[in-house]
Amino acid sequence: MVTSAERLRRLLALVPYVATRRVVSLPETARTFGMTERELIDDLNLAWCVELRAPEPYCPIDLSYEDGEISISQAESIARPLRLAADEASALLVALRMLAEAGGDRDAVNRLIAKIESAAGAAGAASSQVTIQQFDSPRVRRVAATLSGALTAGRRVHLRHYVWSRDEDTERDVDPMRLLVVEGRTYLEGWCRRAESVRLFRLDRVVEVDVLDVPAEVPEEAEPRDVDAGLFRPSETDVLAELELGPEARWIAESYPCESVTELPDGRLRIGLRTPDTTWVRRLALRLGEDARVVSPPELADDVRATAAAALAQYD
Amino acid sequence: MSKRRTERLLSIVVLLLSSRRYLTAEQIRAAVSGYPEEQEAFKRMFERDKEELRDLGIPLETGRATPVDDDLGYRISRQDYELPEIHLEPDEAAVLGIASRVWQSAELAGAATGAALKLRAASRDGDGDAAASPPLGIQPRLSTQEPAFGPLWEAVRDRRPVTFSHLASGRSEATKRTLEPWGVVNRRGHWYVAGYDRMREAPRVFRLSRITGPVKLAGPAGSVKVPEGTDVRDLVKDWDKPLTYDSTASLRVRAGAVPTLHRYGNPKPDPAHPGWDLITRKYSDPEWYAGYLAWFGPDVVVLGPPELREAVIRHLKGALA
Repeated sequence: MVTSAERLRRLLALVPYVATRRVVSLPETARTFGMTERELIDDLNLAWCVELRAPEPYCPIDLSYEDGEISISQAESIARPLRLAADEASALLVALRMLAEAGGDRDAVNRLIAKIESAAGAAGAASSQVTIQQFDSPRVRRVAATLSGALTAGRRVHLRHYVWSRDEDTERDVDPMRLLVVEGRTYLEGWCRRAESVRLFRLDRVVEVDVLDVPAEVPEEAEPRDVDAGLFRPSETDVLAELELGPEARWIAESYPCESVTELPDGRLRIGLRTPDTTWVRRLALRLGEDARVVSPPELADDVRATAAAALAQYD
Repeated sequence: MSKRRTERLLSIVVLLLSSRRYLTAEQIRAAVSGYPEEQEAFKRMFERDKEELRDLGIPLETGRATPVDDDLGYRISRQDYELPEIHLEPDEAAVLGIASRVWQSAELAGAATGAALKLRAASRDGDGDAAASPPLGIQPRLSTQEPAFGPLWEAVRDRRPVTFSHLASGRSEATKRTLEPWGVVNRRGHWYVAGYDRMREAPRVFRLSRITGPVKLAGPAGSVKVPEGTDVRDLVKDWDKPLTYDSTASLRVRAGAVPTLHRYGNPKPDPAHPGWDLITRKYSDPEWYAGYLAWFGPDVVVLGPPELREAVIRHLKGALA
């Protein structure tokens, strides 16, 4: 349910949107504004109903919709959109600067930044107090440039990709869908022909990339992942591994996707990690040494001890 | 209820934009439907409406309604209200589409989409295929899951000091801080706030995920002065330990295992241990590197230097306990 303020804000953009174009398609407008056609019609009715009673009664907004089209013949004083607020201008400018940094269409991005800065005036000033720092190594940048070229050309790529959880390199052909920067890391999303599904590949784990002389064929059923819902979506069948972390290992809770994080006395934490393969949790426990302890499952705790013992035996 | 309120607010905007004169509350009440008869109820409702319009960024001006008496009136200056002329090329409209989706389900996501809609409303030049389906390319995302982000952004934007509790890395007790925030930084996907720490009387950087409990505003808007020449990025950068790579590890690594070490380590078969390779690698911090090597368990044996060898043994013994 939108609040009356949000609805007013939407209306003050919707009316100029139609007025600037005189006639627009109703379904397309609903899509642009992220609302259903029913909601759009409700908004149009609301604008149309506005009546000023004094000094002379009149209806300032005249519009009509039929056969899937909307037209506005009179929008009076609200035919132009409202200026950008400080949050709006800053949110867009920060996003655009990040896009330029990540290697988007730099020419178009810079032109748009200049236009928005000039239109926003002082409202855009606060954006300079937000800084986004992306740290891709030169190697990752080269991989990104190659993949970006493959995307533009619509070509299949061959990847040599390091699977971190199993500590092994794999080879596969991938039809690229898009490049993403999420949580400070760059990923390729594509249709993996080996797994026959959509996969994300972290670019710093791409060891080698070859652009093939084959057109990419992303199948119809390949749905881009909803990365806004989080990169890692554990499944019900995954194992729940619970670890107790000492104060020195608290950073683990910030760097790995935890299902649960519970504060314990003395700055310790208990975290729950859900994963299909616990190999990496065992490795993580070895890495953290005395700063972590596997609580459950007990087999994993035994496994950690056995592996540590086997490793130590080599130092005798 | 909400619908009638929206209708009333929209009417006020249209009315005040079309009037050159300041209109009194009574004149507004006469022109706009939906206000109650009762005077006190009307006043309360009108106050709330004004506040809501200002929150939306509508420049509601006040002035004397008539030269003779002192009645306060309201108007909206068209020049202050309207977004200046702007025209978007199709490629700019496509970029705008990508940029408006950068903020993920976060404080500024609604602001970014709202701004993009205003810009598209103002310019029809950007319509077309490119705007409808953004070209393939790079799509960055920014998440702000840390609850502290919202109030800190507000404080930075409005230049207001804040107080919060902070749990430093490796500590078990949180400390109370008062900060004059200069800016927020997203570094490798994590948010930090930098500013002047009044208790420590020095510039400080805090990671937002280590802020516990609520962030409270602790002073009026405009009361934080950012010193001339401050670059928040430098503050955050200084805070990293530089990587020197001035030590050399000599390792025995199981052949066929640990591709990351084999890849860049120039492996040579170990004549004394068939099935194992000898590898040398540069590292900076022995503690950190020992943790990294312990990760590989029995597939890696550290031959030297002794400080690294001992640190790995300590890690493994710690895991055994």
